[in-house]
Amino acid sequence: MMIPTLLVISVLVFTIIQLPPGDYLTTMVNELQAQGENVNQERVAYLREQYGMDRSIVEQYLYWVWGMLHGDMGHSFEHDKPVNEVVGDRMYLTILVAFVTTLFVYVMSFPIGVYSAVRQYSIGDFTLSFIGFIGLATPNFLLALILMYMAKAYFGTDIGGLMDAQYIDQPWTMDKVMSVLAHLWVPVVVIGTSGTAGMIRRLRANLLDELHKQYVVTAKAKGLSPVKTLVKYPLRMALNPFIADIGNLLPEMISGAVIVSVVLGLETTGPMLLKALQSQDMYLAGSFLMFISLLTVFGTLISDLALAVLDPRIRLEGGQSR
Amino acid sequence: MSREPLKHYVNPAPFNPYAALELTPEQERYYMASQWRLVWWKLKRHRLAVISGSFLTLMYFVVVFAEVIAPYELEARHVDYLFAPPQDVHWFEEGEFRGPFVYGIDVTLDMERLQWVYQEDRSQVNPIRFFCSGSDYAGAEYEFWGMVKGDFHLICPSPNSPMFLLGTDRMGRDMLSRIVYGARISLTLGLIGIAISFFLGITIGGVAGYYGGLVDNIVQRTIEVIRSFPMLPLLMTLSAVLPVTWPPTLIFLGITVLLALLDWPGLARAVRSKLLALREEDFCVAAQLMGAKPGRVIMKHLMPSFLSHLIASATLSIPTMILGETALSFLGLGLRPPVTSWGVLLNEAQNINYVVLYPWLLYPVIPVILVVLAYQFLGDGLLDAADPYKH
Repeated sequence: MMIPTLLVISVLVFTIIQLPPGDYLTTMVNELQAQGENVNQERVAYLREQYGMDRSIVEQYLYWVWGMLHGDMGHSFEHDKPVNEVVGDRMYLTILVAFVTTLFVYVMSFPIGVYSAVRQYSIGDFTLSFIGFIGLATPNFLLALILMYMAKAYFGTDIGGLMDAQYIDQPWTMDKVMSVLAHLWVPVVVIGTSGTAGMIRRLRANLLDELHKQYVVTAKAKGLSPVKTLVKYPLRMALNPFIADIGNLLPEMISGAVIVSVVLGLETTGPMLLKALQSQDMYLAGSFLMFISLLTVFGTLISDLALAVLDPRIRLEGGQSR
Repeated sequence: MSREPLKHYVNPAPFNPYAALELTPEQERYYMASQWRLVWWKLKRHRLAVISGSFLTLMYFVVVFAEVIAPYELEARHVDYLFAPPQDVHWFEEGEFRGPFVYGIDVTLDMERLQWVYQEDRSQVNPIRFFCSGSDYAGAEYEFWGMVKGDFHLICPSPNSPMFLLGTDRMGRDMLSRIVYGARISLTLGLIGIAISFFLGITIGGVAGYYGGLVDNIVQRTIEVIRSFPMLPLLMTLSAVLPVTWPPTLIFLGITVLLALLDWPGLARAVRSKLLALREEDFCVAAQLMGAKPGRVIMKHLMPSFLSHLIASATLSIPTMILGETALSFLGLGLRPPVTSWGVLLNEAQNINYVVLYPWLLYPVIPVILVVLAYQFLGDGLLDAADPYKH
């Protein structure tokens, strides 16, 4: 299921790459001519051939996909370097941010959701729900902007960036790791807020549904301790959608991460994507898009697997006929 | 022999064997009410939804009459007042009630920091005028909907000194007026977008659900692929592909269509699953046997049973569109001036150093959050009201 999806996605991405009229070379030639520089037609032809632009679209596509499979993301025209080199660490940092944020969402929303459901309509529940609503409604890049402003205006510190300036483009050392960890919490909180709020709402609703079922009443009537009545069955039932939701959560968070990292100036793929788009460096942009989609599809796969492990119903049904 | 009255109470009215089955007028009203009326009654009990609904109505009123409500025209520049801070509205002058007024503005140039410094000029009292036909200050003339010329405003500054309740931007344009005009673009974009997405969702989802089989399979896979793309990066890439040579209005339409193209899968999915369940029902088979065409069966017989639910879900996806456009324009990939939306306004707040110096550039954030919240509450209320099993 995953491979055909990826194939279709790759075709779409490649189409998008090809969409702008002309290619980067034409743009470059025009620009050079506008500046009054002499353009060597032979060199243009050479470049054209080297980048495979003289071949048919299908061939170009196959060439591109073949490269992707070998970890070669194509060539960035703007930087005149292979995309791999341009991207460098950013790829890993993106994965790191996405991973930590997912963790944050789960760690935060689980206890709060359970608390809200068990103590429904208490003051704590109301307060948390209210904060949750605001968190859901505030787009995360605006939240980032507001946080940046407050930190700068009231504390005089800059909370942007993912590491201290002296570590950028430096090899990984212990100090650099510490610096990243110290900076990581701001984007994680900003990106994670709306996801957390949504998760809390869903977990609360699911758990409430379970708690009103008759088996819970029976368990209570038979004198099972309150903790056991909660943990043994209702919580496990309510957990399934909670895990399955990672499929929705991941695209949302990766989308959010792109724009938040532009605002906060993180050294992830977000700002690069924006820059590539602005200069119409479509190979770079397309590779990013492909990479981000890959991450999403992969996340969905993980959630499917996790769900199959957790829920015997899905496991058995899947094994039967399909 | 005269009959003795019985010892216990006897109802003198004639015996009615159907008394237990008859309804009181209230019950009758409830049972005879149409589905929409029922939804409306339930919605009215949802306090937050009602408040949000009224707020949104007010906002759309602003959208229609933006020119009249804003004190200045969209592009009116006040070159002497660049980055002027918001003015406070005062009511009392030295213990004496003067109505709402603002003090005059004193401008000096700080040569050391190369910055304009604004101070209140306490000697000058400029009352705010209401319902004024003000041709006596700069930037008052407008063309209503780009057609009729006028200069009537809801509120105007006094003729001798300008008034910036929310400050001015880099070119000395009044922020309040720009936010009011921005509402027009931001809010209509959401509505147009959802209309397109609604149409696509019903048609595609309807066809998939009604015919099933191969068509359904193809539609399902398409939806899966679209949904597995992270929305914002895809949107960014697609809007970067829109030709730079297009005029701003065409870009506006293009962005709206893009937003709709990424939004319909959710609705189509809902339509499909409902149709799959409903098409086996007796009333649907009856309609088919009587020779109704598929379009008629879908639209006349099946759709009404879940249209209210669909509208509620559509309401919930309007804020996503508004936010999508805001994010794009904020990044500079979406709408371009002179088309002004809240996102375009926020684009100026991208540089954090600017924002620290001129925090009022962030003000467009407030209407964005309020509108999104209002749509969310209204949508939740509608969803509850459209559910017939909830009381």
